[in-house]
Amino acid sequence: MRLLINKIVLFLSTLAAVLGLIFLFWILITLTIKGVSALSIHLFTNDLVNNGLRNLFIGQFILALIAVILGVPIGMAAGIYLQEYSFNNKFASFIRNLSDVMMSAPSIVIGTFVYAIVVNPVGHMNGWAGAIALAILMLPIVVRTTDDMLGLVPKELREAGVAIGAPKYKVIFNIIIKAAKVGIMTGLLLAFARIIGETAPLLFTSGNSQYFTLNLNQEFPSLTVAIYTLATMPDKHLVEIAWAGAFILTVFVLIINLLGRYITKEKK
Amino acid sequence: MEAIFKKLSALSATTILLILSAIFVVLFIYAKPAVQKYGIHFLVDPRWDVSVSLNKNSANNTPNTVNKNMSDNNLNSAPIGENDADVLAALGETNTQSSNNTETIYGGLVPIVGTILSTILAMFFAVPIAMGISIFLAEIAGPKLSKPVGIAIELLAAIPSIIYGMWGLFYFGPFVSHLFGGSSVSLLVAGLVLGIMIIPFMSSLTRDSMNTTPEVLKESAYAMGATKFEVIKDVIFPYAKQGIIGSMILALGRALGETMAVAFVIGGVFTFPKKIIDPTVSIPVVLANNFAESSGISLSALFYLALILFVLSFIVISFAKFYFLRNKK
Repeated sequence: MRLLINKIVLFLSTLAAVLGLIFLFWILITLTIKGVSALSIHLFTNDLVNNGLRNLFIGQFILALIAVILGVPIGMAAGIYLQEYSFNNKFASFIRNLSDVMMSAPSIVIGTFVYAIVVNPVGHMNGWAGAIALAILMLPIVVRTTDDMLGLVPKELREAGVAIGAPKYKVIFNIIIKAAKVGIMTGLLLAFARIIGETAPLLFTSGNSQYFTLNLNQEFPSLTVAIYTLATMPDKHLVEIAWAGAFILTVFVLIINLLGRYITKEKK
Repeated sequence: MEAIFKKLSALSATTILLILSAIFVVLFIYAKPAVQKYGIHFLVDPRWDVSVSLNKNSANNTPNTVNKNMSDNNLNSAPIGENDADVLAALGETNTQSSNNTETIYGGLVPIVGTILSTILAMFFAVPIAMGISIFLAEIAGPKLSKPVGIAIELLAAIPSIIYGMWGLFYFGPFVSHLFGGSSVSLLVAGLVLGIMIIPFMSSLTRDSMNTTPEVLKESAYAMGATKFEVIKDVIFPYAKQGIIGSMILALGRALGETMAVAFVIGGVFTFPKKIIDPTVSIPVVLANNFAESSGISLSALFYLALILFVLSFIVISFAKFYFLRNKK
């Protein structure tokens, strides 16, 4: 009887695993089939107004890049504070937990917040608002990564640095961060992969644009927002373009993820 | 230099607190007109963007002015029907009065119910499968199988949610409606897509906490003659209970606030789902679809919804963090 129950339960969980994997691979396979069949060179040379995706790729990348520039220094400094300066006091553990909570905050709420503080005062959607929303989204991930990775650096390294008379910030920059470099890089890559696929916080902050633009003071082209609009269009051709965009976005995100894994593995 | 850097890093850490409190404050300020107008009743009012006539009040307040204008403009001074807003509008002076006669009501009950129902559906679907996957990865599969499958699951967790939504709209929705009837956008499809989306997230977290069980405990149970199921049930689950429940609640929090996977497939109509295969709407979807075109009181009502969603997910996630995942660090 016990053996029978054991067999049944093991069978059921294997079944559940297979079922879950079937769904997930179903998604990947349809995405690949639809995406590859819609791929063409025109997608990379034309802008959305001419049924291409060029301006969207560049726009999405710029938004994510500015978010990195805004979010990473603050996030890393906060992580350094938590690990190196706070001596694990109450305030630090409070901030640490708060940052974790913020990491799971609904991204669309971040969008409404940025709408209220940036878009509404300016009067129209603009690229800066989108980048700020992504930066806010990224901030807690960077804090967590830096905090965790610095925590892995052995204490002896810090002591050695302090023992030769280096001021603490020099110890942090020249010794500790160097030792944790690979881990932090990986974390940043994963954070970048996470925000580049975000749609919800961009919907009403940076909006979308049909044309190629580098002017962040106006509505800014975004691949994910465009996918959302195009996929619900009645025009078959536009839906195909959306699939191609979705496919390229997913491949890009997965490559960054694999790259992150590869870097960590090499180091180990 | 040292002092400056220390101050700067402390300041950066405080930014987290500042941003979170700013989100609360700003959302509340923008939601205030709606909060004042509809109050707590907003939470239980199923009407959204519905015009309601307030004739009873205005008729009581201003019967005299209306009658006076009537006799000025219309010689035969026929009595005006109380609902006759057009006639009132034709009379110049009572114009403002007539626009007060109807009022647009915003209530959040439908999206709130939609959010909660779709999340519950997603959890019912995702928890057993995610448990199965994590048991499979942690205990059943050998390292040769569990490693690549584990990596695949983690990669799937990284796929942008808009992809899940698109797949749901074009493939999974029609498939479900073929099986269960109804339209291809419905509460059921939304819940299932949401569930599929959180499966990788939930199962990789659950597997991680299952793997924290010390080998010694498992081995001693096996040495007593326990079957694999008994080891899982009596050794691993009790040991990893906190982490497992915590990861479930984190996944629940993610499902609550998910926009894109749901926006494609829930239908976006403001009606209660009478059956599970009816379309409805959820808070993030209302925000995504209506935000850009709104202004005034409707925008404020949207901010009210955003505030509700934020508070709801904040409570859920804090509960998971502070109660279940507390002793991690």
